[in-house]
Amino acid sequence: MELTVNIKSENENQVVIAIAGEIDAHTAPQLREELFGVDLNSIQEAVLDLSNVGYMDSTGIGVIVAFYKNGIAKNSEVKLVGLSPRLKRLFDITGLSGIIHVEEA
Amino acid sequence: MKNFDYFEMRIPPKTQYIGIVRLTISGLASRIGLTYDDIEDLKIATSEAVTNAIQHAYGDEIEDKDEVVIGCALYKDKLEIMVADYGRSFEFEEVKKKVGPYNENTEVEFIREGGLGLFLIESLMDELKVLNENGVTVFMTKYVSREQVNAHEETDVF
Repeated sequence: MELTVNIKSENENQVVIAIAGEIDAHTAPQLREELFGVDLNSIQEAVLDLSNVGYMDSTGIGVIVAFYKNGIAKNSEVKLVGLSPRLKRLFDITGLSGIIHVEEA
Repeated sequence: MKNFDYFEMRIPPKTQYIGIVRLTISGLASRIGLTYDDIEDLKIATSEAVTNAIQHAYGDEIEDKDEVVIGCALYKDKLEIMVADYGRSFEFEEVKKKVGPYNENTEVEFIREGGLGLFLIESLMDELKVLNENGVTVFMTKYVSREQVNAHEETDVF
């Protein structure tokens, strides 16, 4: 079960982080490490592209919530794009789509 | 004759095996004709239960004898899954009080980063029971809806 995280700075204000694979208790620590390696201090917007995430559970939610909080603390906006209907449902059930900006694929 | 088929997996309490459990559950669930969405729900619920068993029961101290047991009973119209560990138990009612969905009015610093597993299992499964004796055992059930059972039986004949 591999997880790949591809970090691209589109311009100096925005970073796009494309995640591919399955996010569970095994891969979540790797995701956390990679996300927290992104320096949000000078970035206005961090976009998490989840269009290639085939599976996610509460361990992934926990990492994304931590990243979102880190973004708020550094004045950069974190948003999630490319959510499959399944992922969107997960964010709806947990109430997170009322807090974090999410966009369906 | 018993009216269900029983499968059991015994895995070391290591997160790298959760994906394998998920794959197996998905295969069993599709065998009895559960829908795509039901199967995805089952995958999450089972992963949450196994993750809880590994993280809460054993923590960082894994001994050779430790294992997590995942039992699956396949009925014609439902799938029952049992996840058991033999490590430390936790107070289900106490834990349950502390978990639940996020609220959009929550101040950012108070948004929890964990503790959603049990809430998700309860939301995604039709039934959930937790037994707290010599470790924790989670029992959960997903039913095949009536129309699906009939459709599946017909395809089984040919």
